[in-house]
Amino acid sequence: MAESGAAGTVGAGRTRRQWVSTLARQRELSLVAIMFVLGGLVSITAPQFLTVSNLSQVAVLASIIAVAAVGEALVVITRNIDLSVEAMIGLVAYSVAIVLQRQALDPPAAIALGLGIGLGLGMINGVVVTVLRVPSIVATLGTLSIFRGVDYLVAGSHQVPLAGLPPGFTDPARDTILGIPMFVLVAVVVVVIGSVVLRSTRFGRQIYAVGSNPEAAAILGIPSRLVVFAAFSLCGLLAGVAGILWVMEFGTINGTSATGVVLSVVAAVVVGGVSISGGSGTLAGAALGALFLGFIANALILVGLSQFWLQAIYGVVILVAVSADAIILRRIQRATAGRRTR
Amino acid sequence: MSAIGGSTTGLGRWTRLLARWEALLLAALVGLVVLGAYLSPFFLTPGNFSNLIAAQMEVAIMALPMLLIIVTADIDLSVESMAGLASAILGFLWAAGVPLWIGIPVVLVVGALGGLMNGLLIAWGGLPSLVVTLGTLALFRGLALIVLGPRGVSDFPAAFTELGFGHVPGTLIPWPFVIFVLLAILLGIVLHRTWVGRQIYAIGRNPGTARFSGVRVTRVRTGLFVLSGLVAALAGVILTSRLSSARADAGQGMTLTVVTVVLLGGASAFGGSGTIPGVVLAVLSVAVMQNALRLASVSVEIQSIALGLLLILSVVVPTFAHQAKSALDRVRGGRPPPADSITHGETAVS
Repeated sequence: MAESGAAGTVGAGRTRRQWVSTLARQRELSLVAIMFVLGGLVSITAPQFLTVSNLSQVAVLASIIAVAAVGEALVVITRNIDLSVEAMIGLVAYSVAIVLQRQALDPPAAIALGLGIGLGLGMINGVVVTVLRVPSIVATLGTLSIFRGVDYLVAGSHQVPLAGLPPGFTDPARDTILGIPMFVLVAVVVVVIGSVVLRSTRFGRQIYAVGSNPEAAAILGIPSRLVVFAAFSLCGLLAGVAGILWVMEFGTINGTSATGVVLSVVAAVVVGGVSISGGSGTLAGAALGALFLGFIANALILVGLSQFWLQAIYGVVILVAVSADAIILRRIQRATAGRRTR
Repeated sequence: MSAIGGSTTGLGRWTRLLARWEALLLAALVGLVVLGAYLSPFFLTPGNFSNLIAAQMEVAIMALPMLLIIVTADIDLSVESMAGLASAILGFLWAAGVPLWIGIPVVLVVGALGGLMNGLLIAWGGLPSLVVTLGTLALFRGLALIVLGPRGVSDFPAAFTELGFGHVPGTLIPWPFVIFVLLAILLGIVLHRTWVGRQIYAIGRNPGTARFSGVRVTRVRTGLFVLSGLVAALAGVILTSRLSSARADAGQGMTLTVVTVVLLGGASAFGGSGTIPGVVLAVLSVAVMQNALRLASVSVEIQSIALGLLLILSVVVPTFAHQAKSALDRVRGGRPPPADSITHGETAVS
């Protein structure tokens, strides 16, 4: 950069830039800080909030959303959105549950089937967006309706009860390794693998490039459509993982399972600091966003607020998070613009 | 229909395409009516037509402002929740002894304020409409649940339920259809015959250019969201009246149908095009389709799949028709626009 000019002003510009970029980068840290403060406040009125059993229950539930949110974040970073995740989770959950109940497949094969269905549904989304060139919001609003319709169609009014699943299948929801719940480990593994891929592979950098500047990405010869297709496919695969976890956690599955979950997933992504206009954000942020929302939901119940408040508060959290992003972005732009005029 | 697009200047190519799209819709509508008549002897009765239209009027009314918003390349996902919030507040006020002539205006004001909140965050705050209205989709529904809880209020006076359920005296025309037609004419004139309408198209084509041409982009966009909130609240009132019951979950899932109708009506999902007559034709087509499917006792699940497919096809067909047309022009020796084809490729990603 041209830093050899007026040393003083450049220095001032840089400190401001540093401050701004720290703030922007530390969405993860600020979420953790808010959770600590909130936890302290809630535990005054509800001491059971900060117990190990309660917190691990919160983390287990949040892990399911976190896995789906990581997939959603991949899509959002490419400047797209997938509104069909809840239908993919629901369809995978029912398919896995029903083949287990009918004893058509043993558990490992059923899990493989679930992953395959998730990947297949994600690839359908990818084809509709990249080959048929339907804008992702319209495409996935359509496939949300289609996948859910198929789910209803397959399930009818049938419900797979907990007792219909093979013994031990739902154990992972309660198992721990070294005191850490299995589901949390699954989510952490997904986040770590995803983050490494995003940070240090060509494909990962291409995902950011396509999202932050599609024109430039095309000029650089990045196969944008292939990258977007891959992001949607991975989102489907991770929705499949979430669907399998869903079966293990809840046991009782019918055609309406996971209805309304898309709101939590997108909220987690937005709260986690992934910009909806693409090109920025981290998978760890999205996962922490899911934990944050689970934290709030649990705190509400313990404080004694009715469940009805939850949806309104999710709405407010989304609006606050997206406003905060815009304010930070504007500060960054002002800071860089200031640097340029000097 | 084509006369409307023809009057707006500099749209020659698009006008012809849209006019043809509307002709296609009209043909589809006629085809669906014939199919319906073939499927069921009850289809072609005036009573059935009256019912099939009445069943779609909340969606139809909300689709009109949604068209204007989609033309400016925004979207409002919160309409279904605003309809629910309107229903919940109306029921709450009525149960608390507030007369309807106060309750209904209050609800409409709440709708306009909710729309204003969307509009300010999006147009003035510069936030993406998709996320903001996803947030208010949750917020408005949550507020509806807080206001009314899980109960339903259903002891409304007959004069009120007549609004949604009754007909214009001496005919089988449902009252909500009258409201829809009036609103369609009003917004049709605004969109296709006034400078406000031209500004709306200008914003959708290129907001930057529109701003430099003196269009008050922020004000127009905010105004459209206020209109959308107001009309969604009106739809909530009509829904409450038609079902003679106020519930917090009223209207759930309607946004999908509203967006489908607008895109099926020929509006581009990328903004900048779409007409009111197209939306009116699409409303009638969807109403006839759903009714015909129901009469043929096709399950709700298949209807949900059909709606999703219709939504995707309504974008796919015009895109590929447009591509085929420009390919044909190129073969005929017309000037090949390379820049155009590049930008068209990019739209898939945005």
